[in-house]
Amino acid sequence: MRRSLYLAGVTMLCAWTLVPIYFLALGALGGRDLVNTFPKPFWPGSASLSTIRDFLAIDGVTGATITSVETACLCMLFSLILGLPAGYALARFSFRGANAYRLLILLTRAFPVAILALPLTVGFIRLGVYDTPLGVSLVHTALALPFAVLVSSSLFQAVPRELEEAAWVFGCSKLQAARRVVLPLALPGIAAIAIFAFVISWNEVFAASVLTVRHRTLTAYLLTVLSESPLHVQFAGGFVLILPTVAFIYLVRKHLFAMWGISNR
Amino acid sequence: MIPYILIAPSLLFLGVLFLVPLVQTIALAFQVHGAWTTANFTTMADDINFHDAIVDTFAIVAIAVPLQLVLALGMAMMLRGLGRGRDIVLWIWSIPLGISDLAAGLVWLAILTDQGFLNTVLLKLGLVSGPVSWLSYETPTALLIGIAFAELWRATAIVLVILVAGVQMLPKEYNEAADVFGASPWQRFTRITLPLLKPSIQTALILRTVLAFEMFAIVQAIGGRNFPVIVGEAFTWQYTNQNFGVAAAYAVVVMLVSLAATLVYLRALRTPREQIG
Repeated sequence: MRRSLYLAGVTMLCAWTLVPIYFLALGALGGRDLVNTFPKPFWPGSASLSTIRDFLAIDGVTGATITSVETACLCMLFSLILGLPAGYALARFSFRGANAYRLLILLTRAFPVAILALPLTVGFIRLGVYDTPLGVSLVHTALALPFAVLVSSSLFQAVPRELEEAAWVFGCSKLQAARRVVLPLALPGIAAIAIFAFVISWNEVFAASVLTVRHRTLTAYLLTVLSESPLHVQFAGGFVLILPTVAFIYLVRKHLFAMWGISNR
Repeated sequence: MIPYILIAPSLLFLGVLFLVPLVQTIALAFQVHGAWTTANFTTMADDINFHDAIVDTFAIVAIAVPLQLVLALGMAMMLRGLGRGRDIVLWIWSIPLGISDLAAGLVWLAILTDQGFLNTVLLKLGLVSGPVSWLSYETPTALLIGIAFAELWRATAIVLVILVAGVQMLPKEYNEAADVFGASPWQRFTRITLPLLKPSIQTALILRTVLAFEMFAIVQAIGGRNFPVIVGEAFTWQYTNQNFGVAAAYAVVVMLVSLAATLVYLRALRTPREQIG
């Protein structure tokens, strides 16, 4: 009896998570006709992918999606290039200022994006990166970098130091040992960091909206057309935003907890 | 020498893209045409939406964050009783973690809009006779509840993940010992699990509260400007009104509120030194 009550609770919480996404999917696939149907059917009737196709055909959407992917890939790249060495340093060396550095990294999370994005408009115009994927990706990297540093430091800590020392004994330089021994072992975790950086960028709205005009990311595009576009277009946009992230969370699910465990220390 | 070379690029980057903008925003907020003044803050405070933005933002934080903590604690405890299905349930429960606030807003718009799924359910239950409007400025309470639900749906996952990570690090021995001495499950939860989880709860609350004060796109999607929030106003001043000074003033307000909340949590949920393992 207690057990079935408990399982019912678990099931209900799963439904609480999934059913709203299902409703959005219905709204996205139902198209213009479904928007004006009331009461709404709970099952897809003549659902088709045509709304999504129409949505992607709207002037600017495909471009915005490509811009979003470009931005997210750049953010991923920068986060790894800047974050992995720092994470390695925190994991393998004890040096003066290590704690201060760790604290600084943690502190960055206490500041809202708004405070970063606003003044960058002027600076970016001057540098010529305003309204470009590169510019937006730089701000997104500032958001993703703290994760990259902290997570990679815990990843590298998990690689036994003895393996690295053995590589030195066999004549590897420190750099070679890091590249040939540590990196491959940490690779799944690094992939998770990369995906996380991608998702942070893919989902970010404020900075992307403030720093772009014509080359909008998908989130920025959707935000600015919210008030003028019909509902089924908005639903289609939301659905396109959600789809890849569901898969991504599945891919990184093992690392999610290691990732947040460390933020407690 | 080597570690400094390794951290230097990230330090430099954060200096340029974090510290500099931070200082610039504060400077921007206190300047009009290059002269130092508090005029931006006066403009902000005199604006018709300012009062509502502050009240609405705090209302959502005060409603959503405690509920998220309770719900996530419940979910984390429920996960402990699951066997084989644990991984899949955990994945489902963490899906909202990857969903942007804008998309989450659109999800709830599909449900709450006049001809949406909520009204369909209510109609089938015989509670309403036709489409009812929940998201207009004439129904502020319904709008508040709707946005609170959307927040609860989207952001409980992050609290859950932090708590599950914390639960995984708890030593089993304490609970086993309490069991031996005849403690009830509820006693074990309140006397052992909760106190040991305090650092995780603190992290979760700080992160969640800071992010909740930043709430913007989710509100924009559901209520538009019928429900003004602080960051939404910053966006409007920057983007629509092209007044960077007032936008910066709003950003400074969010920053101060976030920092204050962080300090409160750090003090209120201090872990006594002897407990740090």
